[in-house]
This record gives sequence, structure tokens and C-alpha cells, in this order.
Amino acid sequence: MIKTKSIIGALLVSLLFAAVPAAAQDAHAAPEIKKEAWSFAGPFGTYDRNQLQRGFQVFKEVCSSCHSAHLLAFRNLSEPGGPEFTEGQVKALAASYEINDPEAAGGKRPGIAADRWPSPFASEQDARDANGGALPPDMSVLAKARGTTQPFPWWILNYFTAYAEGGPDYIHALLNGYEETPPEGVTIPDGKHYNHYFPGNAIGMAPPLSDGAITYEEAANGTTVPQTLDQYSRDVSAFLMWVAEPHLVERKEAGMRVMVFLVVFAALMFLVKRKLWARVEH
Amino acid sequence: MATQSNLAHQDAPQPGRRDFLYVAAGAVGAVGVAGVAWPLINQLNPDASVLALASIEFDLSGIEEGQSVTIKWRGLPVFVRHRTAAEIEEAKAVPLNELKDPETDEQRTKQGHEQWLIMIANCTHLGCIPVGESGEYDGWFCPCHGSVYDTAGRIRKGPAPKNLVVPPYEFVSDTLVQIG
Amino acid sequence: MAHESSYVPGNAVEKWIDDRLPIIRWSKEHLMDYPTPKNLNYWWTFGAILAFMLVVQIVTGIVLAMHYTPHVSLAFDSVEHIRRDVNGGRILQAVHAVGASMFFAAVYIHMFRGLYFGSYKAPREILWILGVLIFVLMVTTAFMGYVLPWGQMSFWAATVITNILGAIPVLGEPILQLLRGGFAVDNATLNRFFSLHYLLPFVIAAVVALHIWALHVPGNNNPIGVEVKNSRETVPFHPYYTMKDLYAVVLFCIPFAWFVFFAPDLLGHPDNYIMANSQVTPTHIVPEWYFLPFYAILRAIDFNIFFIDSKLGGVIFFAGAILVLFFVPWLDTSKVRSGSFRPVFKWFYWLFVINFVMLTWLGSAPAEGIYVLIAKLCTAYYFIYFLVVLPLLGRFEKPRPLPESITESVLAKHKAPVAQPAAAATTH
Repeated sequence: MIKTKSIIGALLVSLLFAAVPAAAQDAHAAPEIKKEAWSFAGPFGTYDRNQLQRGFQVFKEVCSSCHSAHLLAFRNLSEPGGPEFTEGQVKALAASYEINDPEAAGGKRPGIAADRWPSPFASEQDARDANGGALPPDMSVLAKARGTTQPFPWWILNYFTAYAEGGPDYIHALLNGYEETPPEGVTIPDGKHYNHYFPGNAIGMAPPLSDGAITYEEAANGTTVPQTLDQYSRDVSAFLMWVAEPHLVERKEAGMRVMVFLVVFAALMFLVKRKLWARVEH
Repeated sequence: MATQSNLAHQDAPQPGRRDFLYVAAGAVGAVGVAGVAWPLINQLNPDASVLALASIEFDLSGIEEGQSVTIKWRGLPVFVRHRTAAEIEEAKAVPLNELKDPETDEQRTKQGHEQWLIMIANCTHLGCIPVGESGEYDGWFCPCHGSVYDTAGRIRKGPAPKNLVVPPYEFVSDTLVQIG
Repeated sequence: MAHESSYVPGNAVEKWIDDRLPIIRWSKEHLMDYPTPKNLNYWWTFGAILAFMLVVQIVTGIVLAMHYTPHVSLAFDSVEHIRRDVNGGRILQAVHAVGASMFFAAVYIHMFRGLYFGSYKAPREILWILGVLIFVLMVTTAFMGYVLPWGQMSFWAATVITNILGAIPVLGEPILQLLRGGFAVDNATLNRFFSLHYLLPFVIAAVVALHIWALHVPGNNNPIGVEVKNSRETVPFHPYYTMKDLYAVVLFCIPFAWFVFFAPDLLGHPDNYIMANSQVTPTHIVPEWYFLPFYAILRAIDFNIFFIDSKLGGVIFFAGAILVLFFVPWLDTSKVRSGSFRPVFKWFYWLFVINFVMLTWLGSAPAEGIYVLIAKLCTAYYFIYFLVVLPLLGRFEKPRPLPESITESVLAKHKAPVAQPAAAATTH
């Protein structure tokens, strides 16, 4: 009896704690976004270095002409667990950018690895003026600032799969969600574009990527990836996830060690508790 | 309530001597405590953005002979002086036994780059920044407590115990120096 | 408990200390020898889990404060700086943020345990009241802490929740300005919230000390709710309950670590990764999950009650939902403590639990359509449970016979394995 009741109680309580937070997202009436297969998903997930390097290329050649990423430092690009460019490559890359520095002669100097990624516009107002009034959001934590929604009760599963890829899923869907002609009955204002996944459907950003827009270098081992919109958007979504979560690999590896420790320690403590209490009728 | 407590758990079983299980659980627990303690201590260490500036590169090409500039390295001011031939001559001519903290001019500069004197700009007495091209030895004079340094930044007079500190640095090329 | 100390100073130094400040004696009496009923179940381990969580939050909080900047233009980036640049910062920050959720998960279980087993009944009323006070302090602390990262949800939570005070007649507006230090939530608000968020946990720690003091005077309640009769029914706290509690704490750390290391943002909201902007409200704002039941009650009152307008009405019910907890010891008229021996109470109790889960869900649902009606019904039951069910049930319910003592109940459990196979399986 007691056990059954405890189990029912525990189930109810865990349902409460598992169920509720994402219920918030339940309410959105947005189109459902497909969960993509990401290399960095799940407890064992790690970034694909080649994918991050390709994603960086997309970011550098396309996104960064309008979007800032003011928390990304050049040095991050050579840190372990990321795109892992060489320090020499990063130094050369940084030096090719001009950094505003009030202490430098003329207010500008070439970048160094410790500098943050320079913003394409001097101010928010400049950015709006250049983009028809819309502000291209900063990309530093964009992949964590966007999410997806699943209908009840499927989001409960997220707690057990540690789903944290809503951001890249959304970005990938958005980049593939443009339609030249909006569906019937939908009017899009001038200067806006129809996007199936953007809240409200009228997005200021013109379709930024298209098949063949970027030429990927062949990887060292000779493998090539398709130069398609889908592939570009996958790569840049993965890259943006890394920009938002540069220590993801390190964190998950630490997590594995902690989990093993906790399971072992819990087992030992269970034995200790049982041994102590064996002599007490309770 | 009080009465029952007076009996003080007379029949509460006493745990036996520590057997293997208790030792093992204790050891694993200790590992856990250490594993938690370390990140809490390590977060006090300089973070990645500070470490990224621990080593800087500086271009010397803009500094004319007889000029000095003060740059920032690891939060400290650093003098970079392009010395004149006369200053180098003067520094080299000083006999070591006249010095409070004996060091030759060669020890304080890099071979082939004797014209460049690079030193942390804090007086070794109590940390004030000495004034350049002043004092009776044509080097630096600290206004706080009157320490006088020569053209190689060596202490010659006053309360400071040591020469101005030369940071670790090396020449990447003739005009580019890496400090730290 | 007023029992004579069994402590004998082991050496001259201990003797010297004992004559001046008997702290070792005190520790031995209260942390080691404290007689604890031997029949406590695992729901009783949440007290220790909560003590552990308070320490976790204070330690990680102090560490985070070393790197955080409480200024509207720097706060958001400084939290990201912690995640990106500080050694181990991503994990320390995640422990603190997920820790808040785990802390509330544990405190709700602890409170529901008290409600089921009647742990608030005489002579433990003050113990319960101090507990409710801790809960109120926790809510305040968590709310202020949530504002500090200065994301969109932080800002709008601060705006919406401080506006609650604006509902107070006449004085509302001046109080609101006093609280915010301005006409809207801004830098002054952020700074004072940081200051208070740092202070309040130490106040909580002090009230926790009183809570434990108030526990140690009458001693623990237990699952059958029959008071301890003699020392054969207790075991010393150490090692029996220290080890059992430690086991529970380690188990509790497993889901805790799961979120910290594998999904640190799953319990949060993506919008809080957008820096606060006073010109744009997110499309759907919700509090953290642990405030949702009370948020649902706040929103459920969308009608005027006589001369009280709906805004003030919502605030009254919102505050009342917490304040009513202070009076539970007197609202429950039943002489029987443990819900296990109250056949009718059980139904109402579990309905209350389900109702609370429903309120949590409704707090996150949009305030429209059918949700509004369900929220009203759930709010009604929340109050009916405390104000009608508990007072009346004690008069009409016929409880099952109580065991004479803990010993008798334990013996019955051991001797009747055929009659109660499930119970037998739980005995170790």
C-alpha cells in the first residue's frame, strides 16, 4: 500500500515538475518546426569541427555584413571544442579587421585575437537605417534566444532527451522557410518578405542564402558537401549554436564524469544506509 | 517527551568498526567534495578574456630616437624608450660597483636592440610612476619619494631597492616586440 | 528536546571550550544525538535536501556575484561573460539557475508532505509558520534573482510583478515608485534587487535556524502521526538519518546534474537570452514554472467583486493563496495528524495536489477561452480546500483506528506480510 501510494505520489510530483515549464511554449500558435539531427544534441553530443568551419564561412561572408556578434572574440575561433582554426589563422583573420579603439591613433587599429567581432554598424540607429527600419539581431546568443514549440504532451520528452536544440532548429527552418509568393489571403508589406516560420510571417530580412551562393573549400580528406541552401543553413545554424554555447562540449564531458560519480556514490550510500538500518526495525 | 529522551537510545545499535563499505563511501564522498571545491576556487583565477591579453604585440616603428611611450600590459604601465646613443653610452660607462642593484646595461636590453629599453613603469619603492628624462642621472625621477633612476632604468639614489623591472619580452622582428 | 546531554569533553581543550562556549556539546546534542522517530519515510529527507540546496545557492551565488555587474547596460553581457570567459563559469551559472528550480521542487514536496501528514498540528504550529515564512522569502529572493540577468523575461517579470503593488488603493502608486526607485523598472531597480537578492538568502538561513530549533523542541512528526512514546521508537540523528539524508541528497543531485550539464536552459525561457528592452514586450510572458500556480490565481480574478476591482481582487487572492498557509494549523480541525488514517481527507488531499498541478499548467496557458474557466474553478478549489474542507472534515470524518504507538505500527507492518504484501516489500 505504502509503496503504491509513494509511487503514485512520486509520479504526480515528477509530472508537475517535468510538465510545466515548457507548457508556456505550448500556447504559441506557430507552425511546428521539425527537429533536425544535430551532432551536438544529447548528452554525448559534440560539434563537428568541419561543419563549424563551413558555418563560419557562411557567417563571415553573408550574415556578418548585417548582423553583429559582439560577444564572439576572434580567439574563440581557435579554442578547443569550436571550429578550431589555428592560432595563426585567427591572428591573420583578426588583423584583417579594423577595431574601434579610442586609445589608438585615429581611433582605429588592426584587430588582435583578444578583440571581439566588430559590429557592421556603428549604432543601432545606423543598423535600422540600413535595413529598412528593422534591426538585424545580434548573433552572439541568438541560437539560445530562439526556440521551438511542441504540442502537448510531446515536450515532456524533452526533459528526458535534454533537448536544447530549439534555436538551431528554428534558424534552419527560418532560412528554408521563404516563399516568393505568400499564400492566398496573406499580404506582405513592401520591403518585407514572406517566411513560413517567422512569427507574423513578414520578415525584414531578404532570403540571405541560395543554392551555390557560397563556395566551400574541399575538406582536407577530400570529402565534399553539397552547396545547397539546406546545407548552408544547417552549417550556419550549427555555427551559431557554437557561438551561443562555446563550452558545450566541455560541459557535456564534465557532465558524464559527474553522472558516473553520482551513480557510484548513490549506490554506495544506498548500501551504507541499508547496512546501518538493517539493525533497526522501522 | 523529556522522560523518553533520558533513556538516551540505550538500545540504539552502535555501528561496528568501520568496515570496507564505510571507508569506500567516505573516500568517494571526499573525491566529490574535492571535485566541487576545485571549480569554486579556480573561478578566482584570471578568466579567458584577461588571459587573452597576457601577451601583447607592440609595433616600435613609430617611436623616434629620444622618444618614449607608455603602453599598457596586464593592466600595468610599461615604458618603451628609444634611447639616444649618448644615453646608451652613459649607461654602459657606469661601473657596477656604483650601483645599488648591480646590473649591466646588456642585461637590461636585448642584444642588437640596445636602443630599446622596455620596463614596467612602477617605481620599485611603492609603485608610483617615475617622470622620464629627469633627475640627476638623466633617466627617471620618482616624484613620490625621490628615487632617481639612470638611463638604463637602474636605481641610483633614493628609497627604491631595485632597478625598474624589465618584463619578459622578445623581438618578433626588428620593429615588432612581443611582451609577456 | 529537553534531554540531559550525554556529552563528556574528551580532553582539556574541549573542557576549556565547553565551560565557555558549549558549542561542541550543542552540536553533539542537536546534530548527532537528536532522537528522531525511526519510522520516517523518504518524504522526510526533503528537509535535508532543502538545507543542501540553500548552501548550494548561497555558495554559487557568492561566486557569481564576484563576476556580475549590476548595471542595465552591462548586466546582460556580464552574465554572458560568466558563461563564456570565467573558469567553469558556464557550469557555476547553470548550477545557480537550475538550482533555483530544484530548490522549489524540493520545497513544494516538503510542504505537500507536511500537508498530508499533518505536520503543522499542535505542538508544531510555529514550526509550520516559520516554514511558510521561509517559502515567502524564497519566492521574493527567486523573483529578484530572476531579474538580475536583465533579459527580456527578467525585465517584464519585474515590471508585471511590481505593478501588482500598484493595485493597492491610494498608496499603490507611491509604493510602486518607492520600490522601483523610478517611474519604471530601471537601473535603480536592478541595483536594489541585486542588493536584496544577496541579503535575503542569509535571512532565509537565519529563519531556517529557527525552523530547526522549532523542530527540535517537540521533535519530528512521523508518518503515523502518533507521538514518540519512548526512546525505543527513536534513533540518534547521526548516523541513521545523516546517512539516509545524504543518500537522498545524492539521488536528488542526479536529475539536478542532468539539467545543469545537459540542458541548462531547458527550465528557462529563450526570451531571456534577449537583452531587456523597455520598448518591446515578448509575445508571451510567463514566470518561471515555480510561480505558475500563484500566477494562475492572480489571473483568474478577471471580474469585479463589489467595490473591489479585478486588479486588486487578483492581488488579494494571490496574496491570500500564500497567507492562508499561515493559518492551516487552525483551519484543520481534525484530531488525527496523519492523512493515512483519514479516509475522506485523502480524496480531498489528492484532488488538491492535482488541482495544484492544474494551476501550474494554467499559469502557463494563455488567459483565454476554456482556460479562464478552468483557472477559476481551480482557484476556487484551492481556497475551498483550506477554508471549507479542512475545517469541516475534522467534524464529520470518522478516522480509521490509530496504532497505539510507533512500535505497534512497525510490528504490525512486520507481522502481516500476507495481509499487506506491498508494505512488507518496503521494509528493509
